Amino acid sequence: MDSAALLSAPSRPRSSRRNLVFAGAAACACALALFAVFSGATGSTGLNSSLVATRPTLRTFLAKTGYSAAQAMVPVQQQRRNVAGSAVAPELKTAPVAKDFKEPRFMWQALREAVDEEMERDPNVMIMGEDVGHYGGSYKVTTDLYKKFGEMRVLDTPICENGFTGMAIGAAMTGLRPIVEGMNMGFLLLAFNQISNNCGMLHYTSGGQYKVPIVIRGPGGVGRQLGAEHSQRLESYFQAIPGVQLVAVSTPRNAKALLKAAIRSDNPIVFFEHVLLYNLKDEVGGPDEVQSLEHAEMVREGTDVTILTYGRMRYTVMEAVKTLEAKGYNPEVIDLISLKPFDLHAIKKSVEKTHKCIIVEECMMTGGIGASLSSEIHERFFDSLDHNVVRLSSQDVPTAFALELEAATIVQPEQVVAAVEKVVG
Amino acid sequence: QDHVFAQYRELGVFLWRGFSMQQVAHQCFSNVHDLGKGRQMPMHFGSRALNLHTISSPLTTQLPQAVGTAYALKQRAGEDAVVACYFGDGAASEGDFHAALNFAATLECPVLFFCRNNGWAISTPVHEQFRGDGILSRAKGYGMYGYRVDGNDMLAVYEATKEAREYAVQHNKPVLLEAMSYRRGHHSSSDDSSTYRPNDELEWWQNNNNPIDRMRLHLEARGAWDSDKEAAMRQAMKKQVVACLNEAERAPKPPIGDLFTDVYQEMPPRLKEQKAALEEHLAKYPEAYNLGKYAQE
Repeated sequence: MDSAALLSAPSRPRSSRRNLVFAGAAACACALALFAVFSGATGSTGLNSSLVATRPTLRTFLAKTGYSAAQAMVPVQQQRRNVAGSAVAPELKTAPVAKDFKEPRFMWQALREAVDEEMERDPNVMIMGEDVGHYGGSYKVTTDLYKKFGEMRVLDTPICENGFTGMAIGAAMTGLRPIVEGMNMGFLLLAFNQISNNCGMLHYTSGGQYKVPIVIRGPGGVGRQLGAEHSQRLESYFQAIPGVQLVAVSTPRNAKALLKAAIRSDNPIVFFEHVLLYNLKDEVGGPDEVQSLEHAEMVREGTDVTILTYGRMRYTVMEAVKTLEAKGYNPEVIDLISLKPFDLHAIKKSVEKTHKCIIVEECMMTGGIGASLSSEIHERFFDSLDHNVVRLSSQDVPTAFALELEAATIVQPEQVVAAVEKVVG
Repeated sequence: QDHVFAQYRELGVFLWRGFSMQQVAHQCFSNVHDLGKGRQMPMHFGSRALNLHTISSPLTTQLPQAVGTAYALKQRAGEDAVVACYFGDGAASEGDFHAALNFAATLECPVLFFCRNNGWAISTPVHEQFRGDGILSRAKGYGMYGYRVDGNDMLAVYEATKEAREYAVQHNKPVLLEAMSYRRGHHSSSDDSSTYRPNDELEWWQNNNNPIDRMRLHLEARGAWDSDKEAAMRQAMKKQVVACLNEAERAPKPPIGDLFTDVYQEMPPRLKEQKAALEEHLAKYPEAYNLGKYAQE
C-alpha cells in the first residue's frame, strides 16, 4: 500500500463498507453460533438490546455481539448515541439478588454484589478484563452485569494483560475508577511493567497531579491441579512495588466489604482472591458495609502462640486448630488481610501477649510475604519473642500437576500442628 | 481538551500547549517549582491542567494508557476530544504497541497514534528494528487507517495531523500517523552517535533536509522572514533560555520531606517512620549532605 493511497484514506470507507457487509454476512453464521452459546450460558433471551436503537434488526444483533462491521454501517450520529446508550442501559435487568443480606451466598456472589453495588453508586466505576462481559467472568464474578451496566462499563478486552492494565491506568488518570480482572493472577505477570512502573509510580512522579484509583483483582494461589503456571503467588512479586496496596480476602463477608473499600480507595490496590475459595458460602454485609484495607482480622483469640496467615491458608490453619484444641493448645489466629502494609498494631498486640509467632503462608519460602513479615517482627518485637518466628511456606519449586506432589508443595494442617507443638512445647 | 501522552521528544507539543520554557527548565533542574516535585528525569514533564500526561520512562507504556483515556472520554457523550500519543520507530517494536493499536481498533476510540520515525533507536537503525514497510504498514493489520508524512515538512505534518484528527473525531476511530524524519542529534546526553553512524550521513541531513531550514527558506521566500529577524530572534531566544536555566538553577530543590509524600494518597505509618529516621540521621550528619540546597518544608 503506497502513501498516496493512504493519504486519500478518508474517501476509502465507502468501498470498504461494502466489503465489510459481505464479510459480515459470511461471519453471521459464526456470530449466530456464538450468540447461541452466550444466550445459553447467561440465560438471556437475546435481542432485548441495551442500545438506544432497540429494533432487533440484524444490525443491532451484530452490534450487540461486538461485530464492528455493523457499527461501520450505522450512521455516525446514531453510532454515538448507541455508545452513550450502551453505557447506561434503560432496562435494569439483573440476576436475582437475595433480599436479606443474612442469607449465605458464595464468595463469587459476594464479590459480584460488591462490584454491582459500587457500579451503581458511582457511574465512574467500570470493570474490564477477558470474558467479563457476556461470559460473566471465568469465576462468575461479573455474571449478567453487562446487562445492567452496558458493554462499555463491563468491558470485554482482547487478550493482552499489559494492554488492558495500561488502558485502565490511562482511564483512571482521566477520572474513571476501573477494576481490572485478571483471569488468573499469574497472567498479571504480563502486566508487571504497567503495574510496577506506572500504576504504582504515576501519582508520585506526576507530583501528585494524577491519581490511579484502580483495583486489580483476580484469583491466585495454588488451586487443584492447575499446573505450575496457573498456581502463582503474585503477592510475592508485587510486595516491593512502592505505591500499591496489597489486600488478600478469605471469606465472602470480608471479600465483599474489602472490594467495596478498594473500589472507593484512591490508591491502586492489588486485590488477591483465591482460586479455591469462590464456592465458600457465608453471610455478607449490606451495601454500606466496607472493611478497612489496612487492618488484620482476628479469627480466633488465644494465648499460646500467634499464628499469622491469609487467604486459603486461613482454612488450613483453622483445620489444624481443631487438632490443637483437642491437644489442649490455645492458639491465636490472625488473618493478615492487608499484605502491604502489614497491620503491625494487631501483630504487636498479639505477639506481646503470646511471645511466639508462626507465619503460615502459601508463598514460597524464598522472598514470600512471610519472609518480609518475619524480618519485620524480629526487628520490631524482638524483646517480646521467646522463640524465633517460624515460617511455614510452600516449597521453592514450581507447583506440580500430580495431586500428591501438589499437596506436598503447600503447607498442610499437620505441619501447622507440628510447628505449634515445637514452638509452644 | 485533547489529551497528550508523550514519550520524551515532544518538547514542541508541550511548549505549544502553554507549558512555559521556565517550567521546562524547572523540571530539568528538578527544583522546588517543578510540577513533578523533582521526581522524574529531565524532559519527563507533565501538567494535568494542560492535559499533558506525565511522561514515564518505559517505552510505549503510554500507548495503552492513551487508549484508556480515549475510552474514558468516549463515555462522556458529546466529547469531541482525541487522545494523541507519541512514540518512536523503536518504541513501536514493544508489545504495548500491538496491544494499544489492537485495543483502540476494537474499542473504536479516537486515538491519534503519532510515530516519529527518525531512523534510529539509540544505535539501532530501522532496518534492524523491523523489516516491514515502516510503522504505517502495521495499521492495516489492526483494521486502522493511517498517514505517512514527510516529518521534516512542518506544513505537511500540520495538514496531515489536522486531517487525521478530524477523521478520528468524526468516525470515533483511531488513526496512525508516521512522520518520516531523521535523528540529527545523539539519542541523549549519554550517547555519542559518531560511534555507530557515519558523519557524512548526519551532515547530509543537516544540510539538505533540515526542518528548521526548510521552514526558514519557505518564510523567506514569502517575504515574512529575513536574516536580520533571524539574528534578532536567535539572540532573544538564547537570552530567554539562558535566563530560564539560570533561574531554575538558582531555585532550591524540593524539601526533603517530599521524598515520602504522594507515594500513596496519605502517608502510611511505615513511610512516616522512614521519614522520621531520615530526619534524625540528617540532623546528626548535616555536613555530609548539601542541606542548604533543599527548600524548607
